[in-house]
Amino acid sequence: MNTTTTSISPGRRIWLRFKQNPRGYWSLIIFCVLFAVSLAAEVVSNDKPLVVRYNGQIMFPIVQTYSEKVFGGDFDSPADYLDPFIQEQFKREGNWAIYPLNHYRYDTLNYFAKSPNPAPPSSDNWLGTDDRGRDVFARLLYGFRVSVLFGLALTITGIILGVVTGAIQGYFAGKTDLFFQRFMEIWGSMPELYLLIIFASIFEPGFGLLLILLSLFGWMGLSDYVRADFLRNRNLEYVQAARALGLSNSQIIWRHVLPNSLTPVVTFLPFRMSAAILALTSLDFLGLGVPPPTPSLGELLAQGKNNLDAWWIATSTFVGLTMMLLLLTNIGDALRNALDVRRKA
Amino acid sequence: MNLLDVQNLRVKFGASTVVSDVSFFIAPGEKFALVGESGSGKTVTSLSILRLNQDAEYGGRILFEGQDLLQKPEPAMRAVRGKDVAMIFQEPMTALNPLFTIGNQIAEVLMLHEGLSAKAAALRAVELLDKTGIPEPARRALAFPHQLSGGQRQRAMIAMALACKPKLLIADEPTTALDVTIQVQILELLNQLQREENMAVLMITHDLNLVRHFADRVGVMEKGRLIETATTHDLFAQPREPYTRKLLASRPQRVVGTVDENVSSLLTGEKVRCTFSIKRGWFKKTPFVAVDDVDVQLKPHETLGIVGESGSGKSTLGMALLRLSTAQVQGKIAFVGKPISEMTSVALRPLRAKMQVVFQDPFASLSPRRTIEQIVGEGLELHQPQLGREGLRREVANALSEVGLSPEMLSRYPHEFSGGQRQRIAIARALVLKPELILLDEPTSSLDVSVQQQVLLLLAELQRKYGMAYLFISHDLAVIRAMAHRVMVMKDGKVVESGRTEDVLSNPSQPYTQRLLAAATYSTLGKTEKSVSQAGVAPA
Repeated sequence: MNTTTTSISPGRRIWLRFKQNPRGYWSLIIFCVLFAVSLAAEVVSNDKPLVVRYNGQIMFPIVQTYSEKVFGGDFDSPADYLDPFIQEQFKREGNWAIYPLNHYRYDTLNYFAKSPNPAPPSSDNWLGTDDRGRDVFARLLYGFRVSVLFGLALTITGIILGVVTGAIQGYFAGKTDLFFQRFMEIWGSMPELYLLIIFASIFEPGFGLLLILLSLFGWMGLSDYVRADFLRNRNLEYVQAARALGLSNSQIIWRHVLPNSLTPVVTFLPFRMSAAILALTSLDFLGLGVPPPTPSLGELLAQGKNNLDAWWIATSTFVGLTMMLLLLTNIGDALRNALDVRRKA
Repeated sequence: MNLLDVQNLRVKFGASTVVSDVSFFIAPGEKFALVGESGSGKTVTSLSILRLNQDAEYGGRILFEGQDLLQKPEPAMRAVRGKDVAMIFQEPMTALNPLFTIGNQIAEVLMLHEGLSAKAAALRAVELLDKTGIPEPARRALAFPHQLSGGQRQRAMIAMALACKPKLLIADEPTTALDVTIQVQILELLNQLQREENMAVLMITHDLNLVRHFADRVGVMEKGRLIETATTHDLFAQPREPYTRKLLASRPQRVVGTVDENVSSLLTGEKVRCTFSIKRGWFKKTPFVAVDDVDVQLKPHETLGIVGESGSGKSTLGMALLRLSTAQVQGKIAFVGKPISEMTSVALRPLRAKMQVVFQDPFASLSPRRTIEQIVGEGLELHQPQLGREGLRREVANALSEVGLSPEMLSRYPHEFSGGQRQRIAIARALVLKPELILLDEPTSSLDVSVQQQVLLLLAELQRKYGMAYLFISHDLAVIRAMAHRVMVMKDGKVVESGRTEDVLSNPSQPYTQRLLAAATYSTLGKTEKSVSQAGVAPA
């Protein structure tokens, strides 16, 4: 036994083992950076300048809508900053404008484009445009954000539902478990896709509805694993000892059984997330997902299929999607190894 | 020529050397025993003979009939395994394949090594089973491992090992997982077969008592080294090494205080009866009586030993007396004068501080994700919330030093401690609440002998100091003899015999107690022949 007084908690040991796997570690870093960038997508890729100075005045078009008249235009409509006339205004003496990195938002239609849609990659549109003239890079960036956020939300609700139901079944076992298992069998045999199609035609399909519908079915797989872990752990002697100390059921579950039953939850986390992202993408591809013009990878893939000669749409979406799923899988692999207690930190 | 000659064996796993410089020999037909505590490298040494250690690096030589087994190519090695050298393991349930009948598994070995036809092999398998003393061998050959009792499974394992008439049988703790009376039968069987077949036996064990009655020569292992080899008689008469002397001296010593007979009882149980309902098919349930109308009395400062073999209901009784059992419990139980059998679990909660439990397995009884402070302090936090953070820490530190651990260990996690230390932590968890009763459920059974002795001394010391009563459950008569004032012998849920420890264990009146005592000391080993090996085989 070592004689150092500082001890490494099991959680910290998992992190140390995780760091030993460079592939997973770097995947995590890259993924986090990409996600952070996509969260700030409005600043990175937008059709409005961040700051402009016009006739001695400092203005922030990115947060405030200005009329075209403000910049010397003819109409009282929101200024289109891609308009060569307005761009001309900012180039005059004393005026300037700071633009985001990419000059397009996910729904920007460039009425002043030089080539017909879909346009191949150029210095204006780095990854080209889709068949409606929207910038593919901007759509990818925003689509990535929607996908990851959706994946996160679905994973978190799935985990909460799965852990709660699994814990109840596993800890109380017996009749509770029996009834819950039968309920899950019935629930699980409902045709998920049909329900989605039916609901999509009754309600306006959107982020929230999809999240609810997919969560209604997504918790069952995890629930079984958590239940199995609870069934095992509830009979271990440390739970008996806690009972002998007089702890209540909820205290025992929260302090003793739950922390020791979370291995399947953590292991499946990245895989569940990539599954959730894929689910959204395929629903979007089929046209059952988020409504237009929400940026979505599935919708981009569908466009790629419909415009096979515009190779840049399909290729860049495919690369983007594969990258994202690959990163998640790498993280998941490293996490699974890190949770394997037989490995040394 | 020696049958087996191990010369300067070294075994390395990665960077750590587990066995270093071990040399011993075994003559044909000899019974050699390797003794040591857990982690001493005895099992690794024995597995090296068959080259069964995974990812191991070997050094030195293992000569079997003059040929170096460490140099043999893998296919040649496969011919040695099972044919020339066979092995039996500690836990026959996991060593047998649950999907095949035992007859099938024995026949497989015969077909593989002897080239027998399926039919001839099946017949021979029945013969072998008969030889190991299993009743109705023809019927048992068609049974699956789970349908047999522990003793029968070990017999089946032995039959499989003997199938090809090996010259050397390696037995790795073959009786540790079995009840004492069955242990003697298995050893008797090994003795008899060894004589008949003139085969050499390498026995791996931690049980010195067993060695004394079984082996011709003994090797003592400590920390990967073979420190002493001698004939059994010489080793027990004149141990050379201090470690050997320590091992020999670590048999439990009697350490009990006095009990005031006139005090009223702390815990009484009247006609305690525990029933489990076992499912048969879909809707039918049959009741199984695990504890059958048992009366218990325990006075303050007293230790009541409950002895019995596995399945005798001793643990169920203990848990039922503390209202922790999952079984249906009938009968009256009173603790500090209160009828706890009638109280609700919420009403019982304040009393929980007065009755605590220490379990057998120190690895399962501490939650791996909590620090020692959290584990030991949990009960205090619940029962004495007025202590506050600082008071709590002080109490926990006191309890730790009470059980001989340094308070610096507060922020560590259970995985950083050895088995003995973990058991001390479990005792501290019970102790910190200043209980009046502690249920000790086999508290030393999974510990090494030398550690076992330390823990027993600690328990006796704590009892003297704080006057707690112990309910001491054990299958080990030596431990009970050392610790208990009174003893209760249980069999099949009933109390067979009870009384003062000295009386019951020196002059047992019941035949079952006599048999238990004889088995525990191996005193009948080698004296009675066939009678013992056939008697008392549990039905499947």
